[in-house]
Amino acid sequence: MTLLDTTGSAEESERPIRKPPVKRRWRPLAAGLILPVVVLVGWQAAASSGLYSSAQLPPPLSVLDALGELAGDGSLWQHLAISVQRVLIGFAAGAGLGFLLGAVVGLSATVRAVVAPSIAALRAVPSLAWVPLLVLWLGIGEGPKITLVAIGSFFPVYTTISAALAHADAHLVEVGRAYGLRGGELLGRIMLPSVAPAIFSGLRLGLAQGWLFLVAAELIASSMGLGFLLTDSQNTGRTDILLLAILLLAALGKLCDVILGLVEKRVLRTHK
Amino acid sequence: MLRDIDLEIAPGEVVALLGASGCGKSTLLRMVGGLDLATSGSVRVDGRDVTGIDPRCAVVFQEPRLLPWRTLAGNVALGLPRDLPRNRRDAESRQWLAEVELRGFADYRPRQVSGGMAQRTALARALARRPGVLLLDEPFAALDALTRLRMQDLVEDVQRRSGTTVILVTHDVDEALKLADRVVLLGGAPTGVSVVLDVPGDRPRDHHQPELAELRSELLAGLGVPRRTPLERETHAR
Repeated sequence: MTLLDTTGSAEESERPIRKPPVKRRWRPLAAGLILPVVVLVGWQAAASSGLYSSAQLPPPLSVLDALGELAGDGSLWQHLAISVQRVLIGFAAGAGLGFLLGAVVGLSATVRAVVAPSIAALRAVPSLAWVPLLVLWLGIGEGPKITLVAIGSFFPVYTTISAALAHADAHLVEVGRAYGLRGGELLGRIMLPSVAPAIFSGLRLGLAQGWLFLVAAELIASSMGLGFLLTDSQNTGRTDILLLAILLLAALGKLCDVILGLVEKRVLRTHK
Repeated sequence: MLRDIDLEIAPGEVVALLGASGCGKSTLLRMVGGLDLATSGSVRVDGRDVTGIDPRCAVVFQEPRLLPWRTLAGNVALGLPRDLPRNRRDAESRQWLAEVELRGFADYRPRQVSGGMAQRTALARALARRPGVLLLDEPFAALDALTRLRMQDLVEDVQRRSGTTVILVTHDVDEALKLADRVVLLGGAPTGVSVVLDVPGDRPRDHHQPELAELRSELLAGLGVPRRTPLERETHAR
């Protein structure tokens, strides 16, 4: 919205931005549901066609039954809770560290020259390659799992923030300097707000990668969690539970992303 | 890039630094504000050396450079003294916005207003610093002709009321003649001062005044684009 540059009519008040009508707001959501529904129907058709045994492809309803079964004996909540806990703690640690190191590397060319190549090399290590070492060093408790999630969350956050700060709008930074801001104040008032959208995309990527690394950790050495549910159901031939675990991972990952997306929208509303 | 620049500017004076693109006039301005430092020599404001970003100076850049996530009032607040209590910041910001004829736009975001309004906000931000020296780095260059005229009047008005010293960098001869008490023409390689001209007549000035025509052609010739004055044109016609 660009207003005419009339100095006379300066009394005009700000018009509230009208939200689109409810119908239109739901349309993207409905569009996003088309594919899952098609998959569900196809799944049901394939399962009842007799081409696959129920051990290979159980029908959707038996997955729902498995959900009821696990929810009934309470083990579902345990698996969910421990996985969510590992992701949240690991993500907080990894993202926090990624934020700090990303900020330092982004702001200082010297630190960047010394540190960035090594971090980039570490980043190339596949997630599963860390597992034996972490188990050796940290045992088989919560330590190695949370650490692996932290490693997963660290890199996206670190990379986006260091890159964004290194290319922060030089004009705005100069204004900050010209108006007496320095050091922490310049960072907090000008640089971080100006790269806020990048920070959020880094956090969202970090959270998603945290879930990836969680499953890697839980597949190897655990007695609880969604990753454990995957291996355990494979060993016991419970394909319904296996599919359930996959669906739960998808749902939880999406839920986390939606929540972070809402926070992002709220924080960045002034950037619009 | 610049050498042998020796200028003395009186308090309350309006000086235009005129020169071709890339001659270093902006660099000179930035040195006064402490944004750039000279490799040799010194800049003194009120007898004291400028050693870094100087709180006695305020800069308006060619672009508004407003923080897009803040309201216009929030942007102006950047220029207010740091120790001002929170509850007075907003009121003062609005007051400075009113000063540049933006009363009622305090809660708008930079993206919601026109380029001229954004540049006026940048001016309000500079004024909020209550600068001893107001540094204007081609602040009207990116504006359309009408808005530019209005902005020039506004700066003239604000300067007269506040009595601040103004250094204006421009490549527009008419703008220099309209606003400045003295015009400093920069030129040569490396850049030095080629001419310093006193502009006759009181401000506000109409740059079409006949006594300015000669100055105008002299300055344009200094910039490498000679123009005949109306008088000369008449003589040639005969």
